[in-house]
Order: sequence, then structure tokens, then C-alpha cells
Amino acid sequence: MALLQTRGLTARYGDFQALFGVDMELAEGETVAVIGANGAGKTTLMRSISGLLRQAPEMVHYDGRQIGAMAADDIMEAGIAMVPEGRKLFPSLSVEENLLMGCHRRKVKGPWSLDSVYALFPILKERRHAPGTALSGGQQQMVSIGRALMSNPRVLLCDEISLGLAPVVIRDVYAAFPQIRASGASVIVVEQDIGQAMKIADRVYCMMEGRVTLSGRPGDLSREAIHDAYFGANA
Amino acid sequence: MIWVDTVLQGVLLGGLYALFALGLSLVFGIMRLVNLAHGDLIVLAAYLILVLTTLLDLGPFMAALVALPVMFAVGWTLQRLVLNRVLGTDILPPLLVTFGLSVVLQNALQEGFSADSRRIPAGWLETASVPIGPISLGVMPLLTFASAILVTLALQWLFYRTALGRAFRATSDDPATASLMGVKPDAIFAKATGIAMIVVTIAALYLGTRANFDPTTGPARLIYAFEAVIIGGLGSLWGTLAGGIIIGVAQTVGAQINPEWQILAGHIAFLAVLLIRPRGLFPRAFD
Ligand SMILES: Nc1ncnc2c1ncn2[C@@H]1O[C@H](COP(=O)(O)OP(=O)(O)O)[C@@H](O)[C@H]1O
Ligand SMILES: [Mg+2]
Repeated sequence: MALLQTRGLTARYGDFQALFGVDMELAEGETVAVIGANGAGKTTLMRSISGLLRQAPEMVHYDGRQIGAMAADDIMEAGIAMVPEGRKLFPSLSVEENLLMGCHRRKVKGPWSLDSVYALFPILKERRHAPGTALSGGQQQMVSIGRALMSNPRVLLCDEISLGLAPVVIRDVYAAFPQIRASGASVIVVEQDIGQAMKIADRVYCMMEGRVTLSGRPGDLSREAIHDAYFGANA
Repeated sequence: MIWVDTVLQGVLLGGLYALFALGLSLVFGIMRLVNLAHGDLIVLAAYLILVLTTLLDLGPFMAALVALPVMFAVGWTLQRLVLNRVLGTDILPPLLVTFGLSVVLQNALQEGFSADSRRIPAGWLETASVPIGPISLGVMPLLTFASAILVTLALQWLFYRTALGRAFRATSDDPATASLMGVKPDAIFAKATGIAMIVVTIAALYLGTRANFDPTTGPARLIYAFEAVIIGGLGSLWGTLAGGIIIGVAQTVGAQINPEWQILAGHIAFLAVLLIRPRGLFPRAFD
């Protein structure tokens, strides 16, 4: 039984339909990558799961509940935390205050705390009193990931954590994932940049124009199949 | 010596204006809501204190203490039932709604209390003063000023030292991302307006004991409050206190030169500060 599942998830912005019946699942302890070109609907999918966009209740199932129509704050309390696209640190808050916002509502004891987040990203401890937005892009991404971990979530959603970061920085950020995974969290990483995501994922979904065009284990998918699913067969 | 006295009286008067302004500043800082009924809510609180002094036979300070939770509930309910529904990217609906509320409050108070001006009796405190050298300062103005400083300190502590204050600032930055942290923006806004009404009640205590008020007194207080908030830099609490003091000093100095210039001098100070620092004295770094 999957921990998190979307069933025929559709989403629209006014007249524009962004998702057309997306079926996807995430098992307990699993790491799944969702890849797709810009505009494929990845962020819409993440926002629909996290409650920032509210859909029909039965479109998202989590831990035996229908959460498709729940509010974002209740979904976070239930154990789904998000690292939003663009990092979204609170500019008026220091690094440490940003981290503490992560457990503002959901105060579940577990592997993650200020100490363990600082152990995962030591640079954040050095800069804990700086305004979050004074940090470099990579460090801000670490704050955003750490902030989501602070609630000891069962599911961690990461939307394009490599966006706008240099390759060496992306490697540093992704270096945290083996530990995050070992802590027991189930993870969905959304990426346009296929490389890093494929390395840490147990399974991959490829999206194009609001639909899942391919899914499977990274090792089982040929480059060609991924290319076609990502860009379309005629590209 | 007369000028020292004038400036000191102005500083103390500024404490009253700061109290008018701090609630406005708090609400604006957190939810970008300009509450045009703020002055009328101060007058409402003044009538509540007045009623409590006679009804329960309390002194003004005890009556204000009883009024605090009542006004918190008024603010909380107002935010929940009315203001949360009109907050959004468009700033016009909340302006219209609070303007309407201002009119409703004034009319309701006229209906309930007539247009006669009233005053909250403060007994011997009304005329008590402490001599400091050749200058004598009123006890009520001193208490007002001390309260303004205490309220600023308390709000500052709340904002920067508590989990609730952290959530206030986060929600003010970005309500959607705050909701990803488990914050309910509507609930946060209701608490903020409740707290603003606590400040309003403290302002009402001093407004009502130091001067006469009637149901239409609100809008004039609102203008001083606005000026203090804007001079201080929108959303900055210490800035608001400083803004109140600047208006107060300008008014007493103006009045000293020519009694007819009191109000005008305050407005001129406001314009002068804006000319020199268009974003106020202590603008927030992020807006
Ligand atoms: N707020 C919005 N209003 C209208 N259309 C939107 C909005 N957000 C996204 N879209 C559209 O929905 C589609 C999917 O967007 P998105 O989910 O952000 O894709 P991705 O994250 O894969 O780049 C795109 O065509 C985009 O233009
Ligand atoms: Mg996206």
C-alpha cells in the first residue's frame, strides 16, 4: 500500500488545464523523481499534493486518508513537508528562525532538530543569525530543505532544488539525500535537470504537458525512452 | 527654560500619539491592512471603559483592565468575520470596508451615547503633577509616555522573541509559504487584530482620561496615528514611537509660537520628514 498516491489528479488555472489525470505513487521509505521540461506541470503536481492548490478530495490519498481538498497547513501537520520552488525563505527571518518555522505547527519528535539539521549542513550553523536571504543560493536551498525537515515529515516534497545553482553546489545539496533517506522520510524530488535526480531515485516519473508519459526504475529506462517522454516523440 | 518645558510636554504628548499609532502600525505591518476605523475603535474602547467605570464602580485603570479582553475579542471577531474576507491583492476592498465600519461605529455610538462629549474620570490624577526643577510634568502625561514605551517594548518582544511573533513576520512576508509551515494566515491575522485592540484599549484609557471625546473624535486621532506610522517607516514599531514624538513636539512647539499653529505644525513636521526621507525614518528592509 502506497503512503502517498494521486489518482486521476487534474488541475486547472481558470480555463487552462495544467494536469490531465496524473496517477503516481510513493511507497514508505521510497525516493521518487519526477522529471519533465519547463511547463510540464511538475510544480502544479507538488502544489496540489501540498494543499497550496485544492482539488477534489479523492484525487490525493495519504496514509489512508483523502487529502486532495485539505488546506496546506493541515496537510503539513499530517506529515507532508515541502521545499517549494524558488526556496521561498522568509526575508524578515534569520536562518535559524526560518528553520524554526518548519516546526511551528507540527512538533513531532524524530531524527530532525536544529542540531541534526546543523550537523547535516554545518555552514548554516555558522550563519544562523544572518537574514536567510543574505545567503548564497546553495545555502538558501539548504535552509529550505532544513526547514522542511524540522517537522520530521513522513513525506518530503522537493521542487527543483537544483534550479539556478552551479553544478558543484547542486552536488553539495544532493549529498544530503542519503542521510535524509536513512532518517526514514519518503521523498519526491522534482527536477528538470535529470542527472542528480536519477542517481538518488528508486523510481522515476516523466511528465510532459500535464501527463505522466513514462515511469519505471532508472536502470530499466533507456536514454531514448526518457528523451521521447521528456521532449515528445517527434522532438 | 520655557523651550525645554515645551519640548518635554511635546515628547509626552507624542507618547499619546504613539499609542494611537502602534495598533495601526502592528496591523499594517502584518497584513498590509490600513484600518480606517482605527480611530473609531479607540473611541469605542473609551466608551467601554467609561461604561465600566460607572457600571462596576471601578477606577479608570481597573476598568481598562476589564476592557482589555473584551476589546481583544472584538478585534479577533472583526478580523474573522469581516476583514479576513476582504484581504487580498486588491487593497481597495479592505479600505472600503473599514471606512464603512468607521461610519457605522460613529453612528452607533451617537445612538447609544448621544453626541455629548464625555470624559473618563480619573480623580486626583487628572491634575497631579511632579515638579522636576523649575518644570512641572503632569502625572497622566508621564504615565501615557511610560505606557507608550512599555507597549513598544512588549510588542518588540512579541515580534522578535516569541514563536507567535516569528509566525507574524513569516506570514507578513509570504502567507502561502507560511501555510506550508502549518500557519493558518486567517488565525494569525485574527490574533494580530486582537492584540492591536489591546493597544487600542490602552490608548483609549489615556485619550479618555486626558481629554473630552465624543462619537466623532475618531477620525482626527486616526490622522495623527497615520502620520506617526508613516514618519516612522511603515511597520516599524520604534519608528512609530519616534513618529508620535515628532508630531507631539512639533505641535507643542508650534503652539508655543502661536496657539493657532498647534495642529498645523504637526502636519508640517509630517510633510518635512517625508520630503527628507520619503520611506520614513526606519523603513523595513523588505517590502
Ligand atoms: N498561476 C498560474 N496561472 C496560469 N497558468 C499557470 C500558473 N502556474 C502555472 N501555469 C501553467 O501551467 C503549466 C504547468 O506549470 P508548472 O506546473 O509550473 O510546470 P513545471 O513546474 O513543470 O515547470 C504551464 O503551462 C504554466 O504556464
Ligand atoms: Mg516548476
